[in-house]
Amino acid sequence: MLDHLDKAIIAAMQDDFPLVSEPYKELAEQIGISEEELLTRLRRYRRCGHIRKMGLVLRHRKVGYRANSLCALAVPEERVDAVGKKMADCTAVTHCYTRLPQPEWNYNLYIMLHAATREKCRQIAEQLARDTGVVDYVMLFSVHEWKKTSMRYFTD
Amino acid sequence: MLTDFDKKLLNLIQTDLPLEKRPFSVIAEILGTDENTVIERLRFLKEHGLIRRIGPFFDSGRLGYVSTLVALRVKAAHMADVAQNINRYTGVTHNYEREGKFNLWFALISPSILVQTEILAEIERLAGVEQLISLPATRKFKVSVQFKL
Repeated sequence: MLDHLDKAIIAAMQDDFPLVSEPYKELAEQIGISEEELLTRLRRYRRCGHIRKMGLVLRHRKVGYRANSLCALAVPEERVDAVGKKMADCTAVTHCYTRLPQPEWNYNLYIMLHAATREKCRQIAEQLARDTGVVDYVMLFSVHEWKKTSMRYFTD
Repeated sequence: MLTDFDKKLLNLIQTDLPLEKRPFSVIAEILGTDENTVIERLRFLKEHGLIRRIGPFFDSGRLGYVSTLVALRVKAAHMADVAQNINRYTGVTHNYEREGKFNLWFALISPSILVQTEILAEIERLAGVEQLISLPATRKFKVSVQFKL
């Protein structure tokens, strides 16, 4: 269970990470705890999976990946695990989840593809579908980004 | 443009910012440079918008939150209004207009199923929303966004 201090730490870690020699010391001062206590707790969050990655996120459009597409696939239930694992191995696939199919929307596997162009996204999807024997899928290209942000936890 | 040094730095730090007192010194040692060069370069890349965020990325489920992907069929004339209304919820992290039968897709993270249900009911009632389907993930094979540079 997360205690009050955990929640305060998590809330504080969502602001800009200080680009200084001793960033954790600066963050710890803001929270009002010691640097050691902060590092100990952060290491625990990472070990226990509360932190899924400690690193950075790029603005992908600015680093050469200008096209992205969500791709929804209808995969027979008994094959969805094998197909999902196979697709997750592809470096162009950044997310790969199974989701519950809905009436009139029979897709149960979703992948997010990033590439330099739409055409390249299409080719990658075609190749993945062919390699895994999936025949029913749709490319859901984005036409407008209305919002993209990181979640802020425990800030209310 | 990214230099060769930038690419090495970003590839290294994308998923592995050390939890050590001087993390940039650790990175500098691996890259054969000094701490200050690493810090200056990261500041430059952040200021120029190539880096969106640095720090820990939390697993919403492990923190007790519930998440879902929501697809909407929205009348074209109402798109901007509906999209802006959805953006007002802090738990909406991504909101994209897309090609296809469902033309607006957003990701929603909520502190409980109850809150999620309330938010989805409010959105379903917005003028111009013709259909809403919620597609919670059942299994995640890959979640980390990493771009090989």
